[in-house]
Amino acid sequence: MTEATLEKLKILAEAAKYDVSCSSSGTVRRNAGKGVGNTVGGVGICHSFAADGRCIALLKVMLTNYCMYDCAYCINRRSNDIPRATLSVSEVVDITMEFYRRNYIEGLFLSSGVVRNPDYTMERLARIAKDLREVHRFNGYIHLKSIPGASRELVDEAGHYADRMSVNIEIPREQSLKFLAPEKDHKSVYEPMSYIRQGVLQCEEDKKRMRHVPRFVPAGQSTQMIVGASPDTDRDILLTSSALYGMPTMRRVYYSGYVSVNAYDNRLPALKQPPLVRENRLYQADWLMRFYKFKAEEITDESNPNLDLEVDPKLGWALRHPEAFPVDINRAPYEMILRVPGIGVKSATLIVNARRYRHLNSSHLSKIGVAMKRAKYFITCGELTVASIADTSPEYVRRILTERRTKRDNPLQLSFDFT
Amino acid sequence: MIIYRFDGSFDGLLTAVFESFARKEPPDMLLAPDGALPLFYDVLHSVETDEVKARRVWTKLGKSVSAGARTALTAAFLTDNPNFPLLALRFISRAVVSTTSIENDFSDLAVLALVKEARRVRGEAHRLLQFVRFQKAVDGTYFSMVEPIFDVLPFAIKHFADRFSDQPFIIYDRLRDYGYHHDGDEVRRITLKSDGYHLSTGRLSEEMMDPDEPLYQELWRSYVKHIAIAERTNPRKQRADMPVRYWKYLTEMQ
Repeated sequence: MTEATLEKLKILAEAAKYDVSCSSSGTVRRNAGKGVGNTVGGVGICHSFAADGRCIALLKVMLTNYCMYDCAYCINRRSNDIPRATLSVSEVVDITMEFYRRNYIEGLFLSSGVVRNPDYTMERLARIAKDLREVHRFNGYIHLKSIPGASRELVDEAGHYADRMSVNIEIPREQSLKFLAPEKDHKSVYEPMSYIRQGVLQCEEDKKRMRHVPRFVPAGQSTQMIVGASPDTDRDILLTSSALYGMPTMRRVYYSGYVSVNAYDNRLPALKQPPLVRENRLYQADWLMRFYKFKAEEITDESNPNLDLEVDPKLGWALRHPEAFPVDINRAPYEMILRVPGIGVKSATLIVNARRYRHLNSSHLSKIGVAMKRAKYFITCGELTVASIADTSPEYVRRILTERRTKRDNPLQLSFDFT
Repeated sequence: MIIYRFDGSFDGLLTAVFESFARKEPPDMLLAPDGALPLFYDVLHSVETDEVKARRVWTKLGKSVSAGARTALTAAFLTDNPNFPLLALRFISRAVVSTTSIENDFSDLAVLALVKEARRVRGEAHRLLQFVRFQKAVDGTYFSMVEPIFDVLPFAIKHFADRFSDQPFIIYDRLRDYGYHHDGDEVRRITLKSDGYHLSTGRLSEEMMDPDEPLYQELWRSYVKHIAIAERTNPRKQRADMPVRYWKYLTEMQ
């Protein structure tokens, strides 16, 4: 461990920073005996927040940023003239252990450029995970990238040491992917995904018959799509995510607003700023699918394939469906209460519990934490309130709810939470 | 107006509940020892903390609400909200006379306060898990200084003792002047006596640091700097998720 490592870590952190995934949740790993570390499960632990507001839970680093591919959207493409570096297996292991012991990180998120061939690269990733688990008895979180094109045996081996594995789709439609990354196709992405899925399902099957089954990717897999590098619409992206969530073991789909890293390549749009608002709207839509029981087809439709940047997708749905409102807070089922703009999962749960004791009125609701500013147009609770969306018009409600926001701050500078 | 004064302890709160039933007068105010009296009042009763009475209320409460609600009460009690003791007293009083559990009645102010304060206190305990930073000393002990706004170190210590079971460490709460020392086997509560450099700044001095420590700190600082995407700089979000009051002891922010 020397000053040279410092330089390498700089380069390889720069190379890894466009990967979004940072979660350290989804599995529990106990510290049995005198090992090092544990994985707590439940909510993950974010140890720090970088200047861009993104959390640092895992040591997100690349093993090497040399790469044999030339994908247009990627900073590490082989035709880029950037400083390149490679960390040795022992360096990665050492940095991970030392950072972990100082409570800097929850674990390791290791990815790599593809050198020589996919199998060679995958083998080294698996080697690091194996070293950490077996030599250092490390029980922290390990997230490994599965290298597209790696053989099944290596993915199986890596899966026994990793908590989560991921393969990035990057571009939702295959024709756009072919255009930006001619050396790749969707098959090279979906194949390793299916290896991971089959490994997990096999492991679950074995658990029914045998007492001791080694774990296999217990926190499932995740993937990522770049937003704004290709002409794909939000509808394409959300339909792809929805199909992915239908797949067993897929836990998270991340969206990454395209940062114009290779501005010279004219296959890419020239963006002055990454499309942050669009990315935020996509995350909101993703939440609607995962926690609010919305279907991808409801969030966008064919006539409006892109999400409305001015209002969030839930409010957007409500404005397109005035016939569903007002919702009676004291009688409506949980699913309908969840659809009211201004009521989140927490408030909805509190409401359905609390209404068994007494009739709820608007003062109860605001104390519970409902954003009445928005919700009041969409609910009724047996008292005279403002005219609901059913009495007025969606245009009127939309105007009132967007008026102040556009006056106060620039819609391109919303701050948001995507952890 | 009926005013009770108690000693500020959890047992004191439970005793106050007991006495409000015994005296058949629910208080309108429950004052901690340093709470100021209002100008006018009818009754001022001083609650003598009594472990037997407290135990009886606690047991009865266990039959009226779930174990989760009882633990939430102990967590929420650590809050700095001066109105909370009275709300907690009302919660317990209502819970023990009700034939059904009232813990989900979120339109009741006392129940809602319990949920909210428990969430605040547990949030602070979680921030300890996030933002404790160890520095390795020459003798191999890992040292960390913290200043949580509530006294939540006891909630967090189990996590650290399990996670770093093979490494000796000290986590020290500077505001309350106590900490925990884990020697590789067991955890002991300690109070540090000397008034050294590391106690006043939270940082180990050069000669107390392990020889490799500065390098790892530098690695971590430069890592945090380079993992950020310059085009997306968002200091407001950074401060929202990592409150500035923690920065003092964060290696990467120095």
